[in-house]
Amino acid sequence: MPGTRDGALGRSPLLSRLAVHIVLIVFALYTLLPLTWLLIATTKNTADLFGTPGFSFARFSLGDNLVRLFTVDDGIYARWLGNTFVYAIVGAAASVIVSFLAGYAFDKFEFPGKERWFASVLIGVLVPAAVTTMPLYLLASATGIVNTFWGVFLPSIASPFGVYLARIFSNSYVPNEVIEAARIDGARELKIFTSIVLPLMRPGVVTLFLMAFSGIWNGFFLPLVMLTDTALYPVALGLYTWNGQAVADPSMAAVVITGSLIAMLPVIGLFLGLQRFWQAGIGTGAVK
Amino acid sequence: MSATSQHGRLAPPPTAPGNRGRGRKRIVGVAAAFLAPFFVLFLIFTIVPLIYAFGLSFFSEKSSGLGFEGKERNFVGLDNFVRAFQDDKFLASFGNVFVYCLVYIPTMILIALILALLLDSLVVRARGFFRLAFYVPNIVPGLIAAIIWLYLYTPGISPLVQAFESTGGKWDLTSQLSAVFSLANLAIWLHTGYNVVLFYAALQAVPREVLEAATIDGAGAVRTAFAIKARLISGAIGVAVLFTIVGAMQLFAEPLLLTSRATAISSTYTPNMFIYQAAFERNDIGYSAATAFIFATVIGVLSWAATRFTRKAQA
Repeated sequence: MPGTRDGALGRSPLLSRLAVHIVLIVFALYTLLPLTWLLIATTKNTADLFGTPGFSFARFSLGDNLVRLFTVDDGIYARWLGNTFVYAIVGAAASVIVSFLAGYAFDKFEFPGKERWFASVLIGVLVPAAVTTMPLYLLASATGIVNTFWGVFLPSIASPFGVYLARIFSNSYVPNEVIEAARIDGARELKIFTSIVLPLMRPGVVTLFLMAFSGIWNGFFLPLVMLTDTALYPVALGLYTWNGQAVADPSMAAVVITGSLIAMLPVIGLFLGLQRFWQAGIGTGAVK
Repeated sequence: MSATSQHGRLAPPPTAPGNRGRGRKRIVGVAAAFLAPFFVLFLIFTIVPLIYAFGLSFFSEKSSGLGFEGKERNFVGLDNFVRAFQDDKFLASFGNVFVYCLVYIPTMILIALILALLLDSLVVRARGFFRLAFYVPNIVPGLIAAIIWLYLYTPGISPLVQAFESTGGKWDLTSQLSAVFSLANLAIWLHTGYNVVLFYAALQAVPREVLEAATIDGAGAVRTAFAIKARLISGAIGVAVLFTIVGAMQLFAEPLLLTSRATAISSTYTPNMFIYQAAFERNDIGYSAATAFIFATVIGVLSWAATRFTRKAQA
């Protein structure tokens, strides 16, 4: 007798269903409306941006904005996008390999002092970037990698949080028996890792790659400290600089807004394309 | 799996004990090889800088006389640390982040929990759409989110400010209160969706028998949801709170960007901004290192407390 159960959901299914959906829709509006505003804003010229209501269209100037975005400062924006792709793809790939090698070793191999080593990784998760960035800058200056690709790339590879997640993934996706069996068949450990373990952990690999990719793509603090040459900037740092100029020169606002949209598209595209994998991946992280 | 279990049954080959010992040694070697890339990089890019920063924190740098001769580095003992505890700006930066966390974290976790529970309730349609819609801001780079909201906070451009002021309210980005709410709202917008997905996945893993038992006991749907489900995923909530605290304390890019319009946000508004400013704008290297260590210690203590607290809540 559902009608006699106490509690709102039991008492009035239709009304409560409506209420539940209203709450969900309101929050979806909250998350999506700012992005909708951005989409509309990219189609406006500077005058309309400041002179027309935020959610209504004005003279369609997306083409002009794009042309300006890619020609301002000698077209440096394309260069920033390219830099960011290189930093993020190479950095994320290296980070994923390093994390999974370590996470898998922590999960499947027995060695002395294992949990103590792992504890040092967990403490690493808590070390704020603020503490290491300044000495990193000094060390980078001393070794000459400051203001180079390496200064941004190398420090972003080792991710304690990545190792922590990789261990969880290895534990939930890779049955011990499979490894035992491969060993008895005489497979070498690296071969087992590349041809059996990694494919089994595919959702985890995709999840970590996406996290590392978006982490580097969005990265700001390290490049801000390491780079002075604007030709090496990633897109976030470039937009930050332009946004500073927009205070004095309002016409830069349209460029910054259009640049923001373009800079987001690759990450959003990647996440949507690989949705199936990372949703499973985040789930594994939560359950453990 | 029959093939594997067959192998499994054949597994323990009649090896001599010495042979097995060699096998174990081999595994330790393999483990070392697998762990080496991470630990070498971790050593170079985290441990060494940490030790270096620790050393620097006991020194002060002074320009020696005229210009280019380089800097004179003097051992000053604990002076930098003493100075930090007497520095109003440094202490204020902790106060700002503390108020920000107080507004942001409970609100965000509560909203995420409610949304996850609603998504988990049986009556919802288009679950996939909602989960994705909630998650999307999490993909937006923090700096770009700050740019978007900067415009949405700007009177004259923003439909939100217009709507707000049409109700008779007054929007003033120069006040301390609106600075905190601007930053908290930005963080709620960015991070709630990730935690919804996290909590939802944890809820999915709750055994159905547990829920059925609760329903038979006479607990209503709403009570079941809050009292039992929330309790069952307290582990996931604890982890989320821990990582949110660690992340929120390190607030940097968003307020830095907002300083261009929101005058209430100073260039030393958060500890991270303070440390950055000391190092790179005032070249006060030793002092920056000392304040960074105090900051790291606070984060460590808070994380420890958060873990203790959740363990207790779970017990």
